[in-house]
Amino acid sequence: MTDVSSTSSTATAEPPVFAGLETRGAHAWFSKHHALADISLKFPVRTVTGLIGPSGCGKSTFIRLLNRMHEFIPGAAMAGEVLHNGQDIYAPSVDAAEVRLKIGMVFQKPNPFPAMTIRENVLSGIKLAHLKRANHDDIVESCLTRAGLWKEARDRLGASGGSLSGGQQQRLCIARSLAVEPEVLLMDEPCSALDPGSTLRIEETIKELAEKITVVIVTHNMQQASRVSDFCAFFLTEGGPGHLVEADATRKIFTNPSDPRTADYVQGKFG
Amino acid sequence: MTTTVTPTPPASVEPQTPWSTSRASRVRSSSILLIAGVVAVVVVLFTGVAGIDGWAITFFGLSLVIAVTRTARIGPKERKDALMRVVITSAAVTAFVPWLSIFGAVILKGYSGARVNYFTQDMRTTVPDDFLEFGGALHAIVGSLLMVAIATVITLPLGILSGIYLTEVRGRLTFLVRFVVQSMSGVPSIVAGLFIYATYVYSTQSFSALAGSLALAVLMLPTVARTAEEVLKLVPEDLRSAGYALGARQWRTALMVVIPTVRSGLTTAAILGIARVIGETAPLLLTSLSNTTLRFNPVDGPIASLPTYIFGYLQIGTEFAIARAWTGSLVLLVIVLILFTLARRFGGKDKR
Repeated sequence: MTDVSSTSSTATAEPPVFAGLETRGAHAWFSKHHALADISLKFPVRTVTGLIGPSGCGKSTFIRLLNRMHEFIPGAAMAGEVLHNGQDIYAPSVDAAEVRLKIGMVFQKPNPFPAMTIRENVLSGIKLAHLKRANHDDIVESCLTRAGLWKEARDRLGASGGSLSGGQQQRLCIARSLAVEPEVLLMDEPCSALDPGSTLRIEETIKELAEKITVVIVTHNMQQASRVSDFCAFFLTEGGPGHLVEADATRKIFTNPSDPRTADYVQGKFG
Repeated sequence: MTTTVTPTPPASVEPQTPWSTSRASRVRSSSILLIAGVVAVVVVLFTGVAGIDGWAITFFGLSLVIAVTRTARIGPKERKDALMRVVITSAAVTAFVPWLSIFGAVILKGYSGARVNYFTQDMRTTVPDDFLEFGGALHAIVGSLLMVAIATVITLPLGILSGIYLTEVRGRLTFLVRFVVQSMSGVPSIVAGLFIYATYVYSTQSFSALAGSLALAVLMLPTVARTAEEVLKLVPEDLRSAGYALGARQWRTALMVVIPTVRSGLTTAAILGIARVIGETAPLLLTSLSNTTLRFNPVDGPIASLPTYIFGYLQIGTEFAIARAWTGSLVLLVIVLILFTLARRFGGKDKR
């Protein structure tokens, strides 16, 4: 367990600052349940990192720790540090809403705002966070294009977000998170409810996004992890809290992992 | 794979509903019921059984006998099913009778006293038992609408805010707020009236529409707050998470995501609140009292409302005064109906 107070002051002073997202000795609890233990990982800028592992190993908990969504769960606790461009996002002076503005999130279940139109959904982040943007039309078009929804949605921007199909809704949610121009995008199994066509579109979107920003994606789909990610982190729980088994380049994880448990998992022997 | 898929169904196929009862059996059932009804009329005419209740009891007994005999040959399960059907239908009809009787009486008696001038004149130059072609209840209608409007303006924001506190903020006072709201909903309406009388009316030394509105607001708030809480609870947690993940603060998320999602439900909360207070008489007698002159100023002395108008003219007891009171009841019913319809039309309009 890392003592936050003693390390945070020295960590920010260390030159050079790591560009991207980084966790140091991160733990998570739900009340008494120790869900995640001692995760130290680095997510460099302009890369895609896949978080893989069997159900219940703490991947989703970990990803929610990265933009302070974990704290919304009653009884939740954490330890360790999460650094974004060298700044601890859990430091007392940091505003959680500002953190979430820079570190966006796409959820497992598509959740467009039902009371808003497609256009309003895309612009919702800008309104919600009081951002000043002039060219709303351009933002709608570019975000929907990047999310692969523009062609299908451009003639019905005034329709409700709920009128789209499941896959389209998820792409709308991605467009919505892109509109606030996050530096990091966290995706918690974004394709688990989608058909193969929509999945492919979203994977293409992820690759395009990685040319500019940092992407972290939780996935249960090994093919997807190998297709989209540059790095993979394998999580596992063996009775106790979830922990990190191995993190490396995706190619190495899938061809020549150093831990036999990783090899078993990626070859589909358990999980 | 040699099977070919037929491109379009042949034109002769008609949509059918094989699961619904056939027309023939419906006609048979209803004609048997009709015969039972006629037989019951005969029984009432030629035996000691008398009156509408005698008819209903005879009809009920006959229906039971018919249900048993019709299903006797099929089996015990069908017999039980038919018996229960008769019993349940009768219970439903019985429960419907008082409702129908009240509405029927109000509509019949109220309509016979309704004149155009009822909606255009007040009672400033008319005595209560003047002919119905003189005077009206415009002042009471305006008074009721005025007081309910002010009460709604006071309670709707408060009710929604307390709902938001209970479901979104979930602060330390959650238990206390919920407890207060629940105990407020148990306050007798006369106590709400007395409370405003002792505080507001006594200090201003004057009855007024504002005092009436405050008393109504006390009664309306718990209904609005509890309904708003229930409705806000229905908003999926995902939507809040989505708002927060976009970097929104809690109040922005509540205001721009949560409330618009349940707009129609919050309209229902307002309707239920209005329905709760629009017919209240007791608290108004202590706060707004009544008058005979059309008045729009809410702080300018006593003001009439439909409930106090009805109450007052029934007390007078002469033929035309009572007729005015019945028409007032009908107008009150119609106003509630109109409010409900409007709110359903506009509040329930979702972008779909």
